[in-house]
Amino acid sequence: MLSIKNLHASIEGTPILRGINLEVKAGEVHAIMGPNGSGKSTLASVLAGREEYEVTEGEVFFQGKELLELSPEDRAREGVFLAFQYPIEIPGVSTTNFLRTALNQVREYRGLEPLDAVKFLSLMKEKMALVEIDQKLLSRSLNEGFSGGEKKRNEIFQMAMLEPVLSILDETDSGLDIDALRIVSNGVNKLKSKKSATIVVTHYQRLLDYIVPDFVHVLYKGRIVKSGTKELALELEEKGYDWIKEEVDSTATV
Amino acid sequence: MSTLTKSTFVSGLFEVLPNTFSSLRQIGKENFYVQGFPSLKDEEYKFTPIAKKLETGLTNFSPAIPVIISAEQINKAVPTGFEGVVLVFSNGKFLPELSSSVDGLTVNFLSKNESTPIGSIAKAEKDPFVALNQATFIDGICISIEKKKEITLPILLLQFHQAAEGQVISPRIWIEAGDFAKASFIDYSISLDNSPYFVNKVVEIKGGIHTDLTYHSLQEENNQVIQVNALVTDIQQDSQFTSTQITLSGDLVRNNLTLNLLGSNSVGNMFGIYLLNGKTHVDNHTNVDHTLPHAESNELYKGILADQSRGVFNGKIFVRQAAQKTNAFQQNNNILLSEDAIINTKPQLEIWADDVKCSHGCTVGQLDEEALFYLQARGIDKTTARGLLLYAFAGEVLEKIELESLRNFITTKIQERLGSKF
Ligand SMILES: Nc1ncnc2c1ncn2[C@@H]1O[C@H](COP(=O)(O)OP(=O)(O)O)[C@@H](O)[C@H]1O
Ligand SMILES: [Mg+2]
Repeated sequence: MLSIKNLHASIEGTPILRGINLEVKAGEVHAIMGPNGSGKSTLASVLAGREEYEVTEGEVFFQGKELLELSPEDRAREGVFLAFQYPIEIPGVSTTNFLRTALNQVREYRGLEPLDAVKFLSLMKEKMALVEIDQKLLSRSLNEGFSGGEKKRNEIFQMAMLEPVLSILDETDSGLDIDALRIVSNGVNKLKSKKSATIVVTHYQRLLDYIVPDFVHVLYKGRIVKSGTKELALELEEKGYDWIKEEVDSTATV
Repeated sequence: MSTLTKSTFVSGLFEVLPNTFSSLRQIGKENFYVQGFPSLKDEEYKFTPIAKKLETGLTNFSPAIPVIISAEQINKAVPTGFEGVVLVFSNGKFLPELSSSVDGLTVNFLSKNESTPIGSIAKAEKDPFVALNQATFIDGICISIEKKKEITLPILLLQFHQAAEGQVISPRIWIEAGDFAKASFIDYSISLDNSPYFVNKVVEIKGGIHTDLTYHSLQEENNQVIQVNALVTDIQQDSQFTSTQITLSGDLVRNNLTLNLLGSNSVGNMFGIYLLNGKTHVDNHTNVDHTLPHAESNELYKGILADQSRGVFNGKIFVRQAAQKTNAFQQNNNILLSEDAIINTKPQLEIWADDVKCSHGCTVGQLDEEALFYLQARGIDKTTARGLLLYAFAGEVLEKIELESLRNFITTKIQERLGSKF
């Protein structure tokens, strides 16, 4: 489904991603871990189409299409969803307010009829229950005065509404208490299907108890330096990242 | 006669003055010539080159005469869903046969009511444009709201303008509301064609005590029109006055809004949106004068400027020594959508009382790229996402418009503009 080949990206001339290779198949959950500043959010942003990042080398195929050629909105319409690490506040725009526009543009792209207000509302109700989010929150200015947990739940709510093919969750667990973590992971798990895939970016193993990954990758200095199964996450939890850093830094040739 | 030196290029306007209000016109004329059109050296006009614009842009200064207005033109202009009184004007001239009325409201030609104290609120000696209007207006109207009358239906003043190049339209409106009266006005100016003319309007509003008056101005003139609008109001004790100024087009627009808070427990609200593109230049000068204790003023103007448009905002708050316990708030926020767009914004506070709550702020920014990306990442195309964000920016002012049909009407206009051009 997703095939990342030798992806290099930089910001303002500084290389951040330095040759990422990753294959994600339908039905799989991949965890990307790594110390702060290793490039995890950059990877997520590049996949979602953030323009500040310049892709200097490499290719990304998503369901056979060259992802990097598509506008951010077309990527979303093709089924890529990014749950932001730091969801921004948008004064004056509520979730309900923009999501119907978003959903109908996505549906139009996929050749589906637009949802009228009634159908949209009933779909909202269904998905709200999934992440236990209150309608009042959804009619307030996006993320303005939301708690950390509310912001993250709202991200997963939007994901549920848009039914993506590939979900990228960037540190969705950070700032969540244990209840919120359970709710959010439940939501994500219920949305998983054989046809969809999930990339979970985190630097704590904790989340992976709830969203169990098929593969775990360690990103460090812009490269995937180690891949394994969920046991790798446990090992990282126990030993930290230093041993990996040492391994990489000592064998570094350039 | 020695004072008749300034701005003599408008002398054509004075050739044949109507024979009503003759001494008032004479005073207006003298005051105009003493002041002349303000140049860029005038502090109040340092960003708005109106004298030059008038002198070079318009050649043949003469009063515009009314044109025939059709029922179809009226129907087209009235906002969908609008239910209320419609007063139709052609080049400033009231057309009673095309207008409606309601109980408690009286509308009369000024020419038939020469005792109307026009010029007593908007003073010719303080403003050359008011002076010019006072000397040259053809006729005007006097609107009265009976005391204790709450007129629930909004009153729409449809101001149709169509004039030859260089002609001057001088609408003159006097509104008085008796004690405890309530009314809401929509002053909607529309160009019927594309010629460059000059609109110089004066609106005076005199409210009694305990009144609640709202005056919305919606300006949709063609992009060659030069306009100066003065709205001056005296607000008495226990009264509220709200002005909402929406400017969507024009060549050069100057709005002079003056609120005199003359009683305690009075409230003055000043809201505005300017949504500019092309080379439109809009200058909002507002002035609120707190004279007595326990009065409040709230001001919120929002501007979105694209292309080579230019905005000026100047908000004066004057708190006199007697005006203790004043609350005065002012906010002006702007989004510049192009590198060539310019905004000059300036709060101007003069406070002589010591027990006062006063706050002001102005911001100038660009469209939030992160917010734009967020919406795109949810599948919304860039144009729509921009529109959504800009609309949300303006929304804070739109929300203040209580009249639903008007709010929807303006919302649609703004959304159309944001969807296409911006
Ligand atoms: N907008 C930016 N400008 C400059 N440097 C940036 C920017 N965004 C990220 N970086 C740098 O890129 C590196 C990777 O950041 P990021 O992808 O956020 O890491 P992670 O998500 O793994 O913590 C960091 O060194 C960070 O400082
Ligand atoms: Mg990160």
